[in-house]
Amino acid sequence: MDWTALGLSLRLGAVTLLLLMPFAFVLARALAFGRWRGRGVVQALVALPLILPPTVLGYYLLVALGRASPLGALFESTFGRPLVFSFEALVIASLVVNLPFAVQPMQNALAAIPGNLRDAARCCGLSPAAAMRRVELPLALPGIGTAAVLTFAHTLGEFGVVLMVGGAIPGETRTVAIAIYDSVQSFDEPAAASMALALLVIAVLALLLTNALARRAWRRD
Amino acid sequence: MPDRQGLHVRLRHAAPFALDLEFDAPAGTITALFGASGSGKTTVLRAVAGLHPTREALVTCSGRTWADTATGQWLAAHRRPVGFVFQDYALFPHLTVREQLALALGHRRPRERSSRVAELLAAARLEDLADRRPATLSGGQQQRVAIARALAREPALLLLDEPFAAVDWALRDALRRELVDLQRRLSLTVLLVTHDFEDVAKLASQLVVLERGSVATAGSVATITSRNAVPGLDRWREPAVALDATVIAQDTDRQLSLLAAGGMELEVPSVAAPVGGLVRIQLAAREVVLASARPEGLSLHNVLEARVAAVEPASHEALRLVHLDVASTRLLSLVTADAVRRLALAPGVPVLALVKAVAVEAFA
Repeated sequence: MDWTALGLSLRLGAVTLLLLMPFAFVLARALAFGRWRGRGVVQALVALPLILPPTVLGYYLLVALGRASPLGALFESTFGRPLVFSFEALVIASLVVNLPFAVQPMQNALAAIPGNLRDAARCCGLSPAAAMRRVELPLALPGIGTAAVLTFAHTLGEFGVVLMVGGAIPGETRTVAIAIYDSVQSFDEPAAASMALALLVIAVLALLLTNALARRAWRRD
Repeated sequence: MPDRQGLHVRLRHAAPFALDLEFDAPAGTITALFGASGSGKTTVLRAVAGLHPTREALVTCSGRTWADTATGQWLAAHRRPVGFVFQDYALFPHLTVREQLALALGHRRPRERSSRVAELLAAARLEDLADRRPATLSGGQQQRVAIARALAREPALLLLDEPFAAVDWALRDALRRELVDLQRRLSLTVLLVTHDFEDVAKLASQLVVLERGSVATAGSVATITSRNAVPGLDRWREPAVALDATVIAQDTDRQLSLLAAGGMELEVPSVAAPVGGLVRIQLAAREVVLASARPEGLSLHNVLEARVAAVEPASHEALRLVHLDVASTRLLSLVTADAVRRLALAPGVPVLALVKAVAVEAFA
């Protein structure tokens, strides 16, 4: 059992959640309620990581984060080390890969709020920010929970993109999913089995939690 | 001439359907916006509340400008002092009754809010339901919560969108009574959207008839209902006059009430209102019998001296609608063309209008 890898995976999941959820909520809200130009394009881009092969996504992320790229160059001149094959690169990759898992459940939950409830909130004197906090957020809570659980679980399991942009540097970019692969490659059956079981248990718990959240949704009749 | 204290609305819009209208809702009265579905009623209500921007808009209320596209003034919906009762009530499913009311008290200081909630709960008889969520309430209870929530803002204008469409038919009159009571007690300015003429006849004192996004007819309910051809309205109702009446005596022995309306006196089956109380009455034209001499030996209570104002064609070629001047008001009588000939009814001819006590529909 590679505890360092498990710790790294959990840390990556937590950082991804923390950074992604607020941004994804704002984006989900704009997609659910907004009628702006380019909305269809943004909607498609959000879904892209779902259908793109991880190696393709990983390749473009490598290009975007590499030394030759503006982002990679800026990072290297600031911190004195390359961005690719670092934990930070994993975080950026994880944010991109998880975008659909975070945005879509929240967008669906927000879109399901009847329009007249949002109108009623305004007619009760709530500013747009207050209406978001006191009406939209609580009503979308099951969707937000689902988004968080999916994002976290998916971050733990992501393999292809992580391997492409992170490699497998122990303590820096070697996540559990990579460690399992490495264990199998080196015929370390017991290590692979225990880590696979750990991920399986986390995934099952995540799904149970998602279902529980969905059941708690306020019934609207 | 726009009403400074009440609501003045002028809207013009091209899409999704044409809207081009102007009307007033006087302060302290119930104004009904009546029309078929698709006539633009709800859009007007939403535009007044600031929920629906229109290309051209002038909305003033209580001397304040809420929207004026000519000068670019626009008061956001949450800054307009309106109470909006939505057709399906739009109660927040995640909040208890108490929390719904508290949510609309943002204009009050935090320490005043809980006592204000208690007052509102008591006024709407909702104390026992204060900690329930909307899903567990009946339709009538939900409506009371919706109205209490709308009033929590202490609105300059109360907007009601088909408030009785979602409640049982049997409950409607009781809820209408509560609304009239409330309106009189707080002298609220109310704009009521409805496609049910019962609401107009029983609640409203002013009427705006909408047809395809513009005003077909506007004026007081009594005036409009006493006319024959009313653009936009004829299809929806049979001729009946709606009048405001005052109870001037209660005869408990005979179980009759004496009402005064437009200078005439009517005896009706006893109404549940005190002497001096206001009652809305409706008198259908088909219930008013005409006579040239005072009849004897009838069960009749009301014999009114009238003068024929006009004789007009009615919905059926064998029928005539006779307009009658009675005291300072006007009544309608639907009779056969044959009766018009026999009684020689023509403008200026004196005649007696016979009204059975039970023919007067009183709404107290």
